[in-house]
Amino acid sequence: MPDPTPSIAEETNENAIALKEIEGLGQGQIVRRRFVRHRGAMISLVVLAFVVLLAFTSVGFVIGDWHVGGWWQYSWVQAVVIENGGLPTIDFAAFTFGNHPFGQDEIGRDIFAVVMRGTQQSLMIMVIVGIMGTVLGTVIGAVSGYYRGGVDSTLMRFTDVVITIPVIVIGAVLGRTVGIAGAPVLALVLGAVVWTGLARLVRGEFLSLREREFVDAARVAGASDRRIIFRHILPNAMGVIIVNATLLMAAAILIETGLSFLGYGVQAPDTSLGKIVSENQVAFATRPWLFWWPGVFIITIALCVNFIGDGLRDAFDPRQKRMPSAKNMARAEQTESS
Amino acid sequence: MTSFVLRRLLASLLIFLAATYIMYVLTAMSGDPLADLRTSTSPQKAQLIASRTALLHLDVPVYLRYFIWLGGVGKCFIGQCDLGVTIQNQPVSVLLGQAASSTLQLVTFASVAAIILGLLVGITTALRQYSSYDYGVTFVSFLFFSLPIFWVAVLLKQYLAIGVNDFLSAPDIPWWFIAVCAPLLGVFWMIVLPWRGRARLWTFLIALAASAAMLIYLKLSNWFTYPHIGIVGLLVTGAAIAFGVTAVSTGLRNRRALYASLIVVGVGCAIYFPFLYGFSFYLEPWSFALLAVGTLLACFFIGWFMGKPERLPVARTATIVGLLMGFIIIVDRMMYVWDDYAGSERVKGRPIATIGSQTPGLEGTMWVHMVDTFTHLLLPTIALILISFATYTRYSRASLLEVMNQDYIRTARAKGLTERTVVVRHGFRNALIPIATIVAFDIGGIIGGAVITERVFGWKGMGALFQYGLDNVDPNPVMAFFLVTGSLAILFNLFADIVYAGLDPRIRLS
Repeated sequence: MPDPTPSIAEETNENAIALKEIEGLGQGQIVRRRFVRHRGAMISLVVLAFVVLLAFTSVGFVIGDWHVGGWWQYSWVQAVVIENGGLPTIDFAAFTFGNHPFGQDEIGRDIFAVVMRGTQQSLMIMVIVGIMGTVLGTVIGAVSGYYRGGVDSTLMRFTDVVITIPVIVIGAVLGRTVGIAGAPVLALVLGAVVWTGLARLVRGEFLSLREREFVDAARVAGASDRRIIFRHILPNAMGVIIVNATLLMAAAILIETGLSFLGYGVQAPDTSLGKIVSENQVAFATRPWLFWWPGVFIITIALCVNFIGDGLRDAFDPRQKRMPSAKNMARAEQTESS
Repeated sequence: MTSFVLRRLLASLLIFLAATYIMYVLTAMSGDPLADLRTSTSPQKAQLIASRTALLHLDVPVYLRYFIWLGGVGKCFIGQCDLGVTIQNQPVSVLLGQAASSTLQLVTFASVAAIILGLLVGITTALRQYSSYDYGVTFVSFLFFSLPIFWVAVLLKQYLAIGVNDFLSAPDIPWWFIAVCAPLLGVFWMIVLPWRGRARLWTFLIALAASAAMLIYLKLSNWFTYPHIGIVGLLVTGAAIAFGVTAVSTGLRNRRALYASLIVVGVGCAIYFPFLYGFSFYLEPWSFALLAVGTLLACFFIGWFMGKPERLPVARTATIVGLLMGFIIIVDRMMYVWDDYAGSERVKGRPIATIGSQTPGLEGTMWVHMVDTFTHLLLPTIALILISFATYTRYSRASLLEVMNQDYIRTARAKGLTERTVVVRHGFRNALIPIATIVAFDIGGIIGGAVITERVFGWKGMGALFQYGLDNVDPNPVMAFFLVTGSLAILFNLFADIVYAGLDPRIRLS
């Protein structure tokens, strides 16, 4: 979130950027500059990178038969002797972590390791759902917006049908069918139901872009449909797609954790953040830390992704240009008149 | 307009039919409904399998079985609904009747509250863009947006409910709390209210004094043991409502509207005592509804008679004031039975409920049951509102900002219209168009959230019905759930379309 009262140094910086925008930068450069200026998005990016690194290096990961070890002494399956009644050993005042920073559960598993594993799974599902949903939504929206007519109405009625069913409901039905096949399959299936909103947006974007002069020019020059779609229209719709892909990912992590909480998401022996919360809900009165940490990680990830999406939206949308505050306007007027 | 509505209705019905087909087939194929029997060691295994197969028509292929179900639903039009039976041979229509009312209550309450709050906050932040209030709300709505609903629900249940109940069992506001809270509230109002400079300091001081006086009154009058609004409170809030609603609805320059509103407030205060100690004891739900409609009509006519040249805006203002007055009087009436409710044998002094949608075996008047419904709805509604609130705030803010930067707003200002007319009539009306779409779109999210929230709070509602069906690979309960929630979504969509068409003539005509 940008500071409400920008300092003078920042202001000159802002002016400099405004001048540079006139200098003739590429679209990509302008977007990158605006994004870097969005303080909330930059902080979120750093925090998210830290969470990803922490999750994957601490307990290591498993891809197929390929095991990579991490630097943390416990794994998420191994139960060890319960120390200190399972209480978290992390001490914020003294800044020490101890043996079990997030505590232990009733059979002695280290909650830090379990939460890290859950974070890995949730992040992976988030990314797969995001990619799958974005690709599907873009393809369906693009085809329907570009070709219009019968193709358009068929695809859009189909979209309407899918929208009628709440995502959690259809996700639960599909999750129950495929959940046992593992988290990646679940993610692919979830991706197949969350594309609807994006498809509508991309269709709208294509409908308006295909009427523009540069598309006519390309068509007159003899460009094929494929070339027009990929070289002329799609790059112009990229802003909408990227922003919504980000927001889709933030929604995906909440959907996955919600489904796992209901018991239709990730299945045992695998785990995810939602499943940890669900498993430990009954133990809330005696071991609240089992419940706190996974929740904190869900919120951190979702919040970071949402802020990055907001930063991207500001960066791509020239209409959202930041107006100077009333105080700075007044100051500018004063310097002008003096 | 009629043909537009009919066309939309027909299209939504066809889409809904297709959606039910997809749901039915997916649910039926999500597992094996005979799984528990196949592994059983019962001697009559074959017989049990045969009887369940006959009961659920398992011998018919899934894509045809749907039409057996659809035929049963079709009978609703001749008054004998047949939604099939569950795997344990209970008729689904009976189960649905028990489950639907509580869930519909929850979803409707949460939607309406989220829409009102979200619009209010979204619009005020848009009008005060880039203020600290705006930045604060932006951050909070991002936070709400990222909250997993089940996590919030568990937290509410474990901390808020227990905390409030503990407080209510020995309600005393300590002096240190007042000393800390009053300045905080002062700062809050200083940030929220628009005045700047010296006026800002006065805002802070007045808000501080008012909050401190309020808290001390609550403490000294033992308010939390005997909650009440009373005739004085009714007069003060009524006057505030009359001025506030008139200022937004017609502007205070319109004296007729102001006088009509004040008359409505006066009438409300006049019938307060007869209502509280008299005829409210004899009200049944149906006569209560009749009374509510009658009151609104009466308010409408008061406005109609008062507002000679331009009757409709005045009548509208009077009706809104009447609605709010009625609401306050009802709240006061519910507070009147609070002591009975909280002290009753079933509730045992723990009024904020964490389980179920009503207290089983509670006896009492309609008012006691209304309080009971309220205490059960409170926590799930808060959990549901948080997320939708974030969506509505963001969208209404963005939408109003977009509109307020248009040229016709500048024209309206240049004509010399008052700020109220510009914002309410030129800005707000046009900003509502995109918001109507979002509201309809979001109802699916609220229903999905309701499934999760009901589970946390142990409601025997539609969510439980859905889960029961899904766990047993039994499409009939799942479809009953989907029939109700789906038609709710379609109704909201249709409503949004009509609002949309009412606001924007271009849509109506094409």
